[in-house]
Amino acid sequence: MEELIKILKDLHPDVDFDTCETLIDDKILDSFDIVSVISEINEEFDVVIPAEEIIPENFNSAKALYALIKKIEDED
Amino acid sequence: MIFTSAGFIAAVIIPAVLYYLLPKKAQWPLLLIASIGFYFAADKRYLIFIFVTFLAAYICTILMGRIDLKTKAYIDSNKDKITKEQKKEVKGRAKTRKRIFLIIGLIIALGILCVTKYTNFVIDNINLLLKDGSKIREMNIIVPAAISYYTFQTCSYVIDVYRGKTTPQKNPFKLMLFVSFFPLLVQGPICRYDDLAPTLFGEHKLLEKNISTGLTRIIWGYFKKVVVANRIAPAVIALTGDTDTYKGTFVFVAMLFYAFDLYCDFTGGIDITIGISKVLGVDVKENFNLPYFSKNIKEYWNRWHISMGTWFTDYIFYPVSVCTPMLKLSKWSREHLGQKIGKRVTVYLASLLVWFTTGLWHGPAWNFIVWGLMNYVVIMASQELEPLYAKFHGKFKVKDKPLYGIFEIVRTILLMSMIRMFDCYRNVPLTFKMIGTMFTKVNLKIFSDGSLLGIGLTAADYIVLAVSFVIILTVSIIKNKRGHVISDNAFTLRYSLLALLLMGVIVFGAYGTGYDMTQFIYNQF
Repeated sequence: MEELIKILKDLHPDVDFDTCETLIDDKILDSFDIVSVISEINEEFDVVIPAEEIIPENFNSAKALYALIKKIEDED
Repeated sequence: MIFTSAGFIAAVIIPAVLYYLLPKKAQWPLLLIASIGFYFAADKRYLIFIFVTFLAAYICTILMGRIDLKTKAYIDSNKDKITKEQKKEVKGRAKTRKRIFLIIGLIIALGILCVTKYTNFVIDNINLLLKDGSKIREMNIIVPAAISYYTFQTCSYVIDVYRGKTTPQKNPFKLMLFVSFFPLLVQGPICRYDDLAPTLFGEHKLLEKNISTGLTRIIWGYFKKVVVANRIAPAVIALTGDTDTYKGTFVFVAMLFYAFDLYCDFTGGIDITIGISKVLGVDVKENFNLPYFSKNIKEYWNRWHISMGTWFTDYIFYPVSVCTPMLKLSKWSREHLGQKIGKRVTVYLASLLVWFTTGLWHGPAWNFIVWGLMNYVVIMASQELEPLYAKFHGKFKVKDKPLYGIFEIVRTILLMSMIRMFDCYRNVPLTFKMIGTMFTKVNLKIFSDGSLLGIGLTAADYIVLAVSFVIILTVSIIKNKRGHVISDNAFTLRYSLLALLLMGVIVFGAYGTGYDMTQFIYNQF
């Protein structure tokens, strides 16, 4: 989780990713950020997040995104 | 058929009345009949194209659904016998088989779109390279109405079924209605199956709320289209048609007029679409969110033609950006070009593809492609300038000042309006030249010497346009502040305003001799 928070913090240092649950709904993360995060996750966790998983529910909070990474890791 | 034609109005009123008289189970079949009738009335030859697109989508998605069911049944019945790796392999094989049907469905739908809409564009460009004697003759191909809209809508359904997001529709008639729902066949919006299906196939009681909000929306749309867009369109045509006379400051005027024209034309048309659907109890998602209140172009594209923007994001930008070759490229560029540039490569390449296709989607012409690429350049430039903006805002605390907000809004409107001139002149070098004259041939006298009365607008027209502008701006400001204009329970206010608006449309509408009941601008895309 710490690595993920670090990736997100690099993009938006002023956001509290531990508590924020509206990253997409409040337009904190835009499409460019999402692609950047996915590419960093691929490097850091060796996990490929497919396009069909790019939905608000998976990106609204760091917690949800981390759960997605774990789900894909489990499936692999 | 256009929204302002008598045929269209009859084609809406008759099914709308029957809709609530017939048993509720007959409602969606009636909409299907009306939709086919609507398309048939536009041109009977169009039907074959939309039918083939529908049939390919239906067969491919049904087969994809079967693969999913079989795979699930196999895994469920063997869950104690197969290992995790075997389960993954079974799923992988199923996905590969599904991908074949996805590709077939998309090739057929997009193939029809490409052949009908882009063949002559390709021929024209090949001819530029050939000598006079060996030029290829243009083909006589009909372009079915609304093909760009229904093709994209159908493709989104096929992709969503492939992704497992949407359950395939087994009833072919229901799917045909989703592909051909007539209010969307004028100029979209491009609806997603999961958003539209629940109310499109649902049974609807005659509700006063649906009728009144729907009618208000329809009349508001007609006001924007008939009072403003139809009135100002001839002036835009005059100003951009005679480039020898109308250069310099005239280009600036044309730019602002076209911004107002396009806004009223497109948002007005979508208001009518959403309003008609609402009367029928069908919920169509909003396609605009006060786009002219955007503070930068990126925000503008999140508020303008939302259904098209999200389509390109979900089905081109994301899949291209996160595909394995792109992730490899991202890794390679970080290692070789450094973190800063490397991080941007995939986003920049995917965005380039998105804006190129967005331009091409608007029309088979270079002016649209350059228009798309200009949007790309401005968005990327503002992305690159972000650190500079941050520095500026760190030094000068103006970000939250209302005046600075207005400056940002005006800057975005002017920038977008300038890029849109490629749409008006339809000639890339000429557009650049005319935009150039705006800065080199400034002539403020045109505002006082009567020149602007010679472009198809009388003094009375200017008054109507000015009053309309104030009304539209006031409504937009109220909507921006409160989220809605009239509350659902304010019946008296709603009906009073409805009556006033209707009178406004009848009295001040620009129709009759001298006015071409112009097609919607976005209908051609």
